[in-house]
Amino acid sequence: MSVKTLVLAGFGINCEQETKVAFERAGAEATCVHLTDLTENPEAIHAYDILAIPGGFSYGDDVASGKIFANRLRHKVGDALLKFVQDGKLAIGICNGFQVMVKMGILPLFENEFTQEVTLTHNDSDRFENRWVHLKKDADSPCVWLKDVDLIESPIRHGEGNFIPRDDATLKKLQDSGCVALRYANADGSSAGGEFPANPNGSVDDIAGICDPSGRIFGLMPHPEAFIEATNHPSWTRNGALAGEGQGLQLFRNAVEFVKAQ
Amino acid sequence: MPQLTNETEIPTFRIEVGMQPQFRDPAGQDVRHQLAEDLGVQVDDVKVINVYTVHARVTAEQMEHVRTELFTDPIIQHSAVDGAVASDYNYLIEVGFLPGVTDNVGKSSAEGIVDVLNRPFADDEAVYSSTQYAVKGPVNKEACEAFTRNLLANQLIQGWVIHSAEEIESSGSAMVRALPIVTDQSDTEVHEIDLEIGDDALMQLSSENTWALELDEMKAIQSYYRDADTKAKRAALGLPENATDIEVEILAQTWSEHCKHKIFAANVEYTDENGQVHHIDGLFKNYVKATTDEVSKKVDWLVSVFHDNAGIVKFDENYNFALKAETHNSPSALDPYGGSMTGIVGVNRDIMGAGMGCKCIFNTDVFCVASPYYEGEIPSRLLHPKRVLRGVHAGVRDGGNESGIPNVNGAIVFHDRFLGKPLVFCGTGGLIPTKVNGEPSEEKKANAGDYIVMSGGRIGKDGIHGATFSSEELHEGSPATAVQIGDPITQKKMTDFIMEARDLGLFTCITDNGAGGLSSSIGEMCRDSNGCEVHLDKCPLKYPGLAPWEIFVSEAQERMTMAVGPENLEALLALAAKREVEASEIGTFTDSGNLECFYKGERICSLSMDFLHDGVPTMELKAQLTPAEITSESIPTDVDYAEELRQVMASLNVCSKESFVRMYDHEVQAQSVLKQFQGVEADGPGDASVIRPVHGSKKGVAVACGITPKYSDLDAYWMMAAAIDETVRNLVCVGAKMGTMAGLDNFCWPDPVESAKTPDGQHKLAQLVRCCEALKEVCVAYDIPLISGKDSMKNDYKIGDTKISIPPTVLFTASSVMEDATKSISMDAKSAGDHVYVLGKTYDEMGGSEYLDLKDQLGANVPKVDVVEARSRYEALHEAMMDGLVASCHDCSDGGLGAALAETAGAGRLGMDLDITGVEQDNPLVALFSESQSRFVVTVSPEHAAAFESKMNPTHCVKLGTVTESPQMVIAHNGSELMNTSIEALNDAWKSTLNW
Repeated sequence: MSVKTLVLAGFGINCEQETKVAFERAGAEATCVHLTDLTENPEAIHAYDILAIPGGFSYGDDVASGKIFANRLRHKVGDALLKFVQDGKLAIGICNGFQVMVKMGILPLFENEFTQEVTLTHNDSDRFENRWVHLKKDADSPCVWLKDVDLIESPIRHGEGNFIPRDDATLKKLQDSGCVALRYANADGSSAGGEFPANPNGSVDDIAGICDPSGRIFGLMPHPEAFIEATNHPSWTRNGALAGEGQGLQLFRNAVEFVKAQ
Repeated sequence: MPQLTNETEIPTFRIEVGMQPQFRDPAGQDVRHQLAEDLGVQVDDVKVINVYTVHARVTAEQMEHVRTELFTDPIIQHSAVDGAVASDYNYLIEVGFLPGVTDNVGKSSAEGIVDVLNRPFADDEAVYSSTQYAVKGPVNKEACEAFTRNLLANQLIQGWVIHSAEEIESSGSAMVRALPIVTDQSDTEVHEIDLEIGDDALMQLSSENTWALELDEMKAIQSYYRDADTKAKRAALGLPENATDIEVEILAQTWSEHCKHKIFAANVEYTDENGQVHHIDGLFKNYVKATTDEVSKKVDWLVSVFHDNAGIVKFDENYNFALKAETHNSPSALDPYGGSMTGIVGVNRDIMGAGMGCKCIFNTDVFCVASPYYEGEIPSRLLHPKRVLRGVHAGVRDGGNESGIPNVNGAIVFHDRFLGKPLVFCGTGGLIPTKVNGEPSEEKKANAGDYIVMSGGRIGKDGIHGATFSSEELHEGSPATAVQIGDPITQKKMTDFIMEARDLGLFTCITDNGAGGLSSSIGEMCRDSNGCEVHLDKCPLKYPGLAPWEIFVSEAQERMTMAVGPENLEALLALAAKREVEASEIGTFTDSGNLECFYKGERICSLSMDFLHDGVPTMELKAQLTPAEITSESIPTDVDYAEELRQVMASLNVCSKESFVRMYDHEVQAQSVLKQFQGVEADGPGDASVIRPVHGSKKGVAVACGITPKYSDLDAYWMMAAAIDETVRNLVCVGAKMGTMAGLDNFCWPDPVESAKTPDGQHKLAQLVRCCEALKEVCVAYDIPLISGKDSMKNDYKIGDTKISIPPTVLFTASSVMEDATKSISMDAKSAGDHVYVLGKTYDEMGGSEYLDLKDQLGANVPKVDVVEARSRYEALHEAMMDGLVASCHDCSDGGLGAALAETAGAGRLGMDLDITGVEQDNPLVALFSESQSRFVVTVSPEHAAAFESKMNPTHCVKLGTVTESPQMVIAHNGSELMNTSIEALNDAWKSTLNW
């Protein structure tokens, strides 16, 4: 059976092509759909197994990153989207897509309604930065996207990736329910301890990505779709082991395999 | 600029949003840091508050809803409608845009409100964004005024108010800045221009209107209107005998140096250094085009050169590749941020307007500025180089990042004379399927009967006279309206729409609106059909009150013009509406032989196509070289070599630019193979970048540049040769093959036309001739066709008695299509034990070197290029690379062999143990810092050393030593040790100068 992925596009989203390629390489059928096509016909989402909100600069990050896109999605596609996730479908938000997800409240989705519990805001450096980071999976996370992943690398490319939960209780709830799926780490997998550049933006608890308690909805600031080929890695010319595919592909393959196994 | 006003009928609400006090305010921290760093102003704290002034028919209740739903992040922010958020400060400063200036945040906010309230905005409703800075610390109002002017705001585009805490408390009100609504209406009547006046009056007319037309051009226009045929034709069309304002404006735009390249087309009488006189009927024809004609006999991959918005070459069976670079110098001098942003998004549109519309796949950028640590006087109207550099960098950063186009290559070049005019080069590469809807994608044509459709942004007064303004020196009267701010998101939406429309076959021809606006885009496209009819009242405006001529020549950004067949018009406009992209039918292409404009049904312009495009008189220019006064250098002998190397590494032109590059998205589109920074810690300076633009294919594109204005004062010929050779070396370093390189020449020159204000024009033109000679000779020898290029010929500053002319500069950019990008070579030393070689002979060529610059000397011996010898080296090295013999390869350029060795070792966090006696220079400083061309530092593993050496010409392949585990740079010469210094110290010196 073919696994169908809807890759959202439009209004400043700009990673839809490579996100589509990543899903295709992982064995899915992927289609880029402009947001105006989805808002015109929200129910069309149910023909898909996976929703991807790619990276980009929706609305130029004006007001706050992801905010205007999130509002539009919630106002115009909200009901269909809630049904989509209640149906056990999968969703991923990468970078700007992650910002959209937390601001519309589809993550962490503690209850079955969209509420903003956490935010992603300006990096401590107040700078947009493009650099590669090491990412460590939380061993207790149910995140289906991170199956068999322990430590991986990917680039970050953002100015607003600083993860802040509503309060300590929210953080604890995230931690206890395995929602903290991915953390910035040192090269050896040890904790980044909030230190730049291993933690590139000042995120609380080094959080790079979170999932919902079911593990099916996942958002992260780094770009796994930008590490599909080994040659994407900054030091592939130094390391013979870096041949063939990139480490980021595993995430997309996990999702496709999960849907197939259903 | 238009005037501020207070609008009363429509309610106005202010929403202020700040960080809750328990959270860090990174934007405020950054301002505090920059105040200290750039201006030496110490304050205790700065908080940044975003202000949205909503001017719309909404209720207080609705505003409250919008405040929480849209403007406030519930986790970290607090906010108020019509209330103050700032607390605990001494001064409150609010900066907002002047009327008519592009306000991207305001525009997006309005779209956000439309979604939240589910109601559209009327034309007279808007959101205006502004920024409040709550400053705490020991400063007074004067100091606030000064740093606002010098750091927070640009008075050409922004206004501000400053109040002390006491003032706000006593007045009981918050900040009051009038709404920046445009109320200043132009006279929209069409006026006649009487050209039956004397020569002086003609020139006065040209200058007063920023037409930048010369006397013989004004007279050519005068005689066009005197012509009996013209008179008869005009009478028949109901047009006055006199020219109309819009007609002269169109001629001025079309004939501007910026658009017509008159100097490159001029007849030049050139007296060479031997006194021999040469008559050159066009530098472009005889050097630029001739180069491509010559090389095209040897390469088979040229698809479209010179006539389109960008050059197009073959990539593979399914795709073609396009490349273009532009400059945006004059606007960047006045507003660095807006100028460079419009530069980058503007060159993106060149690629989008090449062929049937290419997808942008990478950007490049090169900035030429004076030292950011300049301490002298800043001449009137100029900005401090540090502010210029920060601004142009931020503009390219935001423009590129928000457009989703990776920035893959660039440079920052420092020279004192760029104080007078900074140079901002922006380049873009593109990809297009070889066929679109079954037809060759490089071919396009506007047919008579096709509709003219303008898409993207609306038209305002921004950017009026950009083309003519940049065809003059920067002077006291340079118009502020020439300044524009880019709107990358409007452009991104349009880009997505155009790619979709292209694949649906909805247009037959496309071009961008750049310099000269519609006048230029339609004027060019209608050459296909031989005429057009434009209805200017159909053009969507940002605000009312533009004169018809203003509508036609405005350079308002983010617009493309398309030719659309009648059968497709409805579908195209419907698609645009659905994607929320502005698109308007504004006229038709005709075969009347005339460019005609109408306003409210009345004909206001009819210009013969022949006169418009071919009527400009050819300039007759003289060129004669004044030999440079050259003083031989004095090179010390007994120095601390390690310290000299550290100083060279720390010099502005050599030092790391990583902090600038990190802020560019250089990996979006996920094609990256070799990035700008390479090595163990990804901080070694790469020579060229490599991408794989088609997912799943190993085929790559390498792109690199070369720019060496430091040699111009010695000899512009060798400046050009060095720039090309540097570009080629950079490409060869990563594995590109000779015969696959396509070049772009971007000339930036000081005015080379002799006149009262340019008495040395003949010399500057002779430099240009020399430069063109080198361009042809070197490109032909290296088989590099020039596929596109541009020139900017008036890079001077003149106000009062101060005149600053830039050093003659050419940016050479080249790309190479690589068969297998997975064989790319990076520049970092890989393993201890590897052999270290220098390829190419080092001559005593210290002239213009970074080393002598540190000693405040120019020197005498300019580096030269032996193209035959260099080419054979490049070919041999390429073969060695493809045989897998090379571990790393790095170009020797700024800072010479010394810098190349230190960078190679530093990037690998490894040491080197070397003896440079084999370089054959008695003075070790010459061996280390001479900038002889065509050289590389290569490391090779011991197992491949013999094979490598036998590939290379033994006389120019010198083994210097080995890579060592111990991270020390140890260099000996003639039996004595010159230095033994830590790699870390060299890296630190290299990285600290511009670590902003």
